[in-house]
Amino acid sequence: MDKKLETIVQALQENFSTTFEEFRGEVHVFVKAENIVDALILLRDKYDFELLSALTATDYWPQQSPRFHVIYQLTSLVKNLSVQLRVPLNGDQPKIPTATRVYEIANWRERELLDMFGIEPEGHPDPRRILMPDGTEGHPLRRDFPLGYEEPQFTFNLEEIDLQKPYAKE
Amino acid sequence: MGVEQKLGDMGIVTTTLENVVNWSRTNAMWPMLFGLACCAIEMMAAQASHFDMSRFGMELMRASPRQSDLMIVAGRVSRKMAPVLRRLYDQMPEPKWVIAMGDCASCGGVFNNYAIVQGVDEIVPVDVFVAGCPPRPEALIHGVVTLYEKVKGEKFKDLAVK
Repeated sequence: MDKKLETIVQALQENFSTTFEEFRGEVHVFVKAENIVDALILLRDKYDFELLSALTATDYWPQQSPRFHVIYQLTSLVKNLSVQLRVPLNGDQPKIPTATRVYEIANWRERELLDMFGIEPEGHPDPRRILMPDGTEGHPLRRDFPLGYEEPQFTFNLEEIDLQKPYAKE
Repeated sequence: MGVEQKLGDMGIVTTTLENVVNWSRTNAMWPMLFGLACCAIEMMAAQASHFDMSRFGMELMRASPRQSDLMIVAGRVSRKMAPVLRRLYDQMPEPKWVIAMGDCASCGGVFNNYAIVQGVDEIVPVDVFVAGCPPRPEALIHGVVTLYEKVKGEKFKDLAVK
């Protein structure tokens, strides 16, 4: 781990009792959901992480519980550092406090979380879907979401599928 | 070999009104700009000097559906784009035709998933499907000429407003 990063990870550990793991030179710090906004403020104001370069999530269902990890990838252009915060989330109605008051860019990214994973950003100024049309059921990037698969037409089942296809009338 | 030789000295040519109208429709069919993905690049190439689609009376791509006769759906249509496509089709004046260009527009192509419409024939009535991923400009031009053949055979009584 980078020397400069060690002090930062320690500071997070002392303030929010976080754990961390290293993977191929990248540091993943695990933060509790209730501390994430304070942790982001600390990193932004004290350690110059002025850029939230990614805010996304991963679904580890069914291998892991808690199933979701919300991922905040922070970059410091001044110090040339990068750190990843991860918030494990459980349950069918996962919620995360919004980061829009810390990083403005989190607005659309959190709408994407809501759209693709159904992770609700609490206190978000505009909590709507961002990619899928309104009225879509379910959250496509969840592992238990059906593929929305249409059976391919071959010669042997061409007519059978043709009957079910919703052709435009005129 | 123009109409002059055929006419001779008589100055009269006889044909049916249907033939004349259908001929005029095929020789000035203006497509609408509807590039959605990589197929649009091939559509542009078909228009450019090397392939030169204006040989078939299609030198004008219209940016407005009100001025176009033909919609070339070039690329995959997402479920969010689908209502927009239908609306643009509804805004085109009659008579109007649709070419589904490429595999994605024809049947979903490689995108067999939640986000992409599995063939634009779910939304608008398609006249000609052009296969390919993306189709070569020749293939698109062949699709257009195929559409011309279809238009030339159209009967007025089939087109009458019900």
